[in-house]
Amino acid sequence: MVTQTQFQAGLLDPTQPAPDGLINPNGDQATKRYDVYRNNVAVSLSDALEAAFPVIRKLVGDQFFRAMAGVYLRKHPPTTPMMMFYGQAMPQFLRRFEPAKSLPYLPDIARVELAMRQSYHAADATPINATILAEMAPDTLISAKLKLAPATVVLQSDYPIYSIFIANTVDGAPPAKMEPENMLITRPNFDPAPHLISNAAAHCITSLQNGDSLGVAMSTSGPDLDLGATLGLLLGQSAICEI
Amino acid sequence: MFDAPPSSNLPPRAGVGYKPQHYMAITQDAGPLGWLEIHAENYMGHGGRPIAQLRHLSERFPISVHGVGLSIGGEGPLDPDHLSRLKHLVDWLNPASFSEHLAWSTHDSHFLNDLLPLPYTAKTVDRVSAHIDQVQNHLGRQMLLENPSSYLAFKDSDMSETDFLREVVGKTGCGLLLDVNNVFVSATNLQTSPQDYIDSFPLDAVGEMHLGGHDEDEDEAGAPLLIDSHGKAVVDPVWALLDYTLAKSGPKPLLIEWDNDVPDWDVLLDEITRADAALALV
Repeated sequence: MVTQTQFQAGLLDPTQPAPDGLINPNGDQATKRYDVYRNNVAVSLSDALEAAFPVIRKLVGDQFFRAMAGVYLRKHPPTTPMMMFYGQAMPQFLRRFEPAKSLPYLPDIARVELAMRQSYHAADATPINATILAEMAPDTLISAKLKLAPATVVLQSDYPIYSIFIANTVDGAPPAKMEPENMLITRPNFDPAPHLISNAAAHCITSLQNGDSLGVAMSTSGPDLDLGATLGLLLGQSAICEI
Repeated sequence: MFDAPPSSNLPPRAGVGYKPQHYMAITQDAGPLGWLEIHAENYMGHGGRPIAQLRHLSERFPISVHGVGLSIGGEGPLDPDHLSRLKHLVDWLNPASFSEHLAWSTHDSHFLNDLLPLPYTAKTVDRVSAHIDQVQNHLGRQMLLENPSSYLAFKDSDMSETDFLREVVGKTGCGLLLDVNNVFVSATNLQTSPQDYIDSFPLDAVGEMHLGGHDEDEDEAGAPLLIDSHGKAVVDPVWALLDYTLAKSGPKPLLIEWDNDVPDWDVLLDEITRADAALALV
């Protein structure tokens, strides 16, 4: 009896022989026919990773990416059938992946690509009307809690994540300068939009996401915070959905 | 045993596996398109464009939800989280049909993203039937079970695939999704007759048929080995097998499956037109 444990073992380990008990029409042990399944599994998972990490692929090249995906998919096979979320362990994997050590920003670019997908599939939300904020009395505004759309994501990094992402997704974008950057992802309609934001703005928006009042978010974000610009960006991007 | 009335309400016309790149073409002029099929797992996100498109399309076309991740043939229990996600989708969408595969894809919490085979025995009939009972009770509707593409056989199998399916239908009250390309691929690979397979298939239980393209290879002994790739046009022998089947079954909802190297809408339209022509002959 071929168990599913035995059948599965060889699918992700090309060094294992095909399990006994699988046969060709002539009664011989199936080997090449078993390889069809091995190939389907590896190719489909590798294709899913290519679809999930186009910028990583562009940065390392097709050949490197395929080889790396081959290692990743064997170490981290999917844990759910929702392939659009496959690759959650890519940042940790890349951090420890010796051949990619010369590109130390790769793990954070993987975080950006995962966040873009998360934003794409996040729940819908109806934005508030921008005039509501303008009409609020200052002390009411300070104590207000803003609920941000679920598709809103803040990423902080020691690397120029925004500039690298843009340089590899937008034609004619300037090359990145090696300095830390923070990134905001919003989804005004259906397409996630990346934005470069300051340290203070990243802190403030994260604080709002954590449920802090605007006053607390503002006072803990430091003197560099441009509150008007930060709120203007969130409002303009339909990212505030409740107050 | 699920004894509610059959809930496959697809029209006996040609439908197509929905791909987002065809959204504009379909919403502008769907031509003879009768219905759409979606892969359940692609619509298990929380919102955004995929859900909005599906909601819009469901207002205009009957939708078939086709699962690829339940692992009904799995040795282990069904994933309760996945069942819940499926129920959520089926509850809001209220599709014309829900179908899944006679296959497994998850083992030890690993999802392998392929439809893997199982031996056909009394024991696996019971296991698959128990899983189908669980799915139908959880969803509160009948499901269709699809025959697989086989590349190899199990020494342990002691019954035919058609007997296996007949027993599962008898035990669970599920319907069947007959993939005509899979019949052709399996019969070629296992060196059996596709017509004999159709002759012994419980056609009364069929709520939907699939048509798709396959790739050609051979095994180490030089025997033909067809791969169910869903990346090409349906070949003439499969169209002929469809005619043979429809003559016995009567008209059924026919789906064109094209999942890889997806062509322009016009190419799918040609396949839809050919499927409709096959239905018109019945």
